[in-house]
Amino acid sequence: MGEFFHSVRVAPEKCKGRMACLRACPTEAIRVRNGKAVILEDRCIDCGECARACPNAAIVPQTSSFTDFSRFKYTVALPSPVLYGQFRRDVLPRTILAGLGKIGFDDACDVACASEAASIAIDEYLSRHRGPLPLLSPFCPTVVRLIQARFSNLIDLLIPIDSPMEIAARDVKHRKSKELGLRRDEIGVIYVTPCPAKMVAIKYPPRKRVSHVDGAIAISDVYFPLLSAIAEAGNDQPEQEEPVRGTGLGWPVLGGQVSSLRAENSLAVGGLSDVERILEEIENGKLSDVQFVECQACPQGCCGGSLTVENPYFARSKILNLVARFGSTPCQDRRKIHDLYQKNYFSLPGRIPSRPFAPLDKDISRAIAKRKLIQETHETLPQIDCGACGAPTCRSFAEDVVLERAPLEDCLVLAAGRAAGRTGRNTGAKVRTA
Amino acid sequence: MPVEPLFLQRFDVAGRDFTGAGKASTTIKSILREIGIAPAVIRRAAIAAYEAEMNVVLYARKGTMELRVTPRDIQIKVCDEGSGIADIGLAMQEGYSTASEEIREMGFGAGMGLPNIQRNADTFHISSVVGQGTNLEIVIRV
Repeated sequence: MGEFFHSVRVAPEKCKGRMACLRACPTEAIRVRNGKAVILEDRCIDCGECARACPNAAIVPQTSSFTDFSRFKYTVALPSPVLYGQFRRDVLPRTILAGLGKIGFDDACDVACASEAASIAIDEYLSRHRGPLPLLSPFCPTVVRLIQARFSNLIDLLIPIDSPMEIAARDVKHRKSKELGLRRDEIGVIYVTPCPAKMVAIKYPPRKRVSHVDGAIAISDVYFPLLSAIAEAGNDQPEQEEPVRGTGLGWPVLGGQVSSLRAENSLAVGGLSDVERILEEIENGKLSDVQFVECQACPQGCCGGSLTVENPYFARSKILNLVARFGSTPCQDRRKIHDLYQKNYFSLPGRIPSRPFAPLDKDISRAIAKRKLIQETHETLPQIDCGACGAPTCRSFAEDVVLERAPLEDCLVLAAGRAAGRTGRNTGAKVRTA
Repeated sequence: MPVEPLFLQRFDVAGRDFTGAGKASTTIKSILREIGIAPAVIRRAAIAAYEAEMNVVLYARKGTMELRVTPRDIQIKVCDEGSGIADIGLAMQEGYSTASEEIREMGFGAGMGLPNIQRNADTFHISSVVGQGTNLEIVIRV
């Protein structure tokens, strides 16, 4: 299966084994062993739900810090447009970009403009596409990983258009190296990210290419220095024209991609369980009259990412306010993007590989036998999903027992039943309903 | 001779239960994934299972689905209690449907269900008694 780089890591010294992550994980990738959370690497899809749920901040995002950037001669921050929704309403994008230039970066460039370019490129792609529908947005790394793991039949529906982050980074490196006479590898382009999954997209892009981005720093890590930098700068001059504009400003909220497109029949789905449900339906051949589906792991879209600071509902209203004020003035020339599209400027070569979760056994006969044993083991368990064994459900515990990842004795409910002289499934909690 | 490993699971399917519709085929899909069946084979089994399950939901009072997995093949047996099919030859034709307006409103009843099952199965048997119900046997080689 190869190596897995993950965007989060458990800090054992902070983990108190309180199991909030165990229940929050949508792929049942966490176990608590000897009182500490452990991530099953091959099952993790980098959604960040565990980090959000942990009461002890023991799940640490693997993002970069300022010291990682000392190797560059010049650094440029590329903030996710989510950052524009993290401050008071009267703090405009240009002020935020200027602030980034004062807290350790040499410069900062807007990404919303690249989002607009990406949306025009998607329009171009949709208008030429003659194959099966609906096509899927490829920009949420967690959704892409989920599709690779569980919906490999849908991989070819992911639109092969580069992400705004990559489009902006490539452009910045090109521009800055000309302007400053530096080599591209002397310029550090750092994404300011709302979620840890972007780090995986930078380090291990699914199409196995080299990212133009050199690192990602959490919005929550720049927030406080940025807040003081903005306060020091004082009020904006309102007469100055806001340079950050266009439909890309809306991309941080769920449905932002959809509303920036010309395609009329499209829809947006947020939250992993709803995303899974819609992908199931697409796999069953439903929704074939829809052109485009925007799937986001976070229910609010990127402005609800686990590394953001502001309440996602407030961030959403701030973003929508920016869209209302500056969204209708385009920042891109549609014809220019059309020409670049023709030259394959935005398209991604190569196929995204399927990366299914490991089967129970490589040998199909043994896998069938194990699946049967899991079912039988599950029937002997209390089926109350208490989590005391360290597995999130009795079903996943049965799997752990059969795969010899845990002994059956770890089931405390069965143990209590045995101590009281009862056997079988009619122990523990089940006895209450009997 | 060693006993061939066999995985067996039964599912109850309730007619007209649109909230639970598709659950059995979703579970079947995840079982096949855990066993490590090739994605292309899972796709065919999933489509056949889903169409068969929806036939029970749409046209029968209730039914059962039985999944058997062996190292050679995937077998899905569906038995329902319902009105049955009067003319199987006709029902197997693409586009033929007895679906009510209500069912078509929901996006079903295009007359592609049984033909779709046949297309995705390696062997497919169907038998039906009018007024009693319909039995399907779908086999997909692994």
